[in-house]
Amino acid sequence: MSDEQFEQFKACAIEVLAVSADQVTMEARFGDDLDADSLDLVELVMKLEEVFDVTVDESELENIETVGQAYNLVISKK
Amino acid sequence: MPASTIPAPRGATISGWGTALPDTVVTNAHYEARLDTTDEWITERTGIRERRHGSSTAQLAIEAGRAALDMAGLTGDDIDLILLATTSPDYQIPSTASQVQEELGIRGGACDINAACSGFVYGLVQAHGLIAMGLNRVLLIGAETLSRLTDQEDRNTAILFGDGAGAVVLEATDDAGQLLAFDLGSDGSARKLLDAPIGGYMQMNGKEVFRRAVTVMVQSANTSLAATGISADELALVVPHQANIRIIEAACSRLNVDADRVATVLARTGNTSSASIPLALVDALDNGRVKKGDHVLLVGFGAGMSWASAVIRWTGHLPEVAS
Repeated sequence: MSDEQFEQFKACAIEVLAVSADQVTMEARFGDDLDADSLDLVELVMKLEEVFDVTVDESELENIETVGQAYNLVISKK
Repeated sequence: MPASTIPAPRGATISGWGTALPDTVVTNAHYEARLDTTDEWITERTGIRERRHGSSTAQLAIEAGRAALDMAGLTGDDIDLILLATTSPDYQIPSTASQVQEELGIRGGACDINAACSGFVYGLVQAHGLIAMGLNRVLLIGAETLSRLTDQEDRNTAILFGDGAGAVVLEATDDAGQLLAFDLGSDGSARKLLDAPIGGYMQMNGKEVFRRAVTVMVQSANTSLAATGISADELALVVPHQANIRIIEAACSRLNVDADRVATVLARTGNTSSASIPLALVDALDNGRVKKGDHVLLVGFGAGMSWASAVIRWTGHLPEVAS
């Protein structure tokens, strides 16, 4: 995991989910820890698609629960 | 109806407008008592606090249409055509516009347009086209009774949709008129994301609709803006389809348009599909948010998946409050 890429990811999460930097850890759960619902996750992925220049299918979001899962999904597309 | 010879190109302007909402207010507390949801959740997640249920698509259209005719100082005799945008007609046959025609005493043509939530902008563009071809006055209405098509036990859709209508009168002008550019589109391959079978209720893939809605609103708005040569900074007002405040915020932030330049009424109407853009436009007009010469962007998206945008330079009538 590149620090630079995770910092980019973190910046997106902070902006879209209105959370603080220390909340965005690999283990953080979108629902329980970041108070993000399914549409927040869609918005985050849209932002990540722009920033990382990747395309994520909606069906791939079904089982995403943690920051780490979302990060790995996006990075796997690079 | 004018003769069918096509005159030189000419424009149109909005000379009157009106709205109608049913009397019954359905608040979030109503759903709190019936579904596993809360007022706070609905308000935060959708921006909707209440919606109206009741009446019929025709009755709402007639009330809004009559108000628009009154403001324009016209009677039914003066209208060459009714275009009624609706995705919730009262009858499968005939058009809802036919009842509106009779009750408003209009002798011109009448038909419905179904482009779902993009319907009003589709109708606006068609009205301009028909006026360019020789009609003098068109009554354009967006009217819906979506509560009839919504399963009130379904938490995913019940809270979102409402009933209402908005109408404008468009009249021919000697100059190019108000419409500067438009963009109409559809992606039929995505039509299953939001649909209702005949006699059934709406179902929706909310996440995918959300994502596509934001994307196509921004694309369509940029297409129309590019055709006019004006930038988003120069818009006095954006009138987006009123589906969910989060879609509006996400799209407008991508267009670099602040909330103070966006017309919203969904907190008290919910999503009224074809009626949502005229309801929001009329609310902005009645509150003096549009001045002569202002650039206004209308942008909608909806089932189909359809989308539509138009940029107009306001040349029409303005109420006292704006002067």
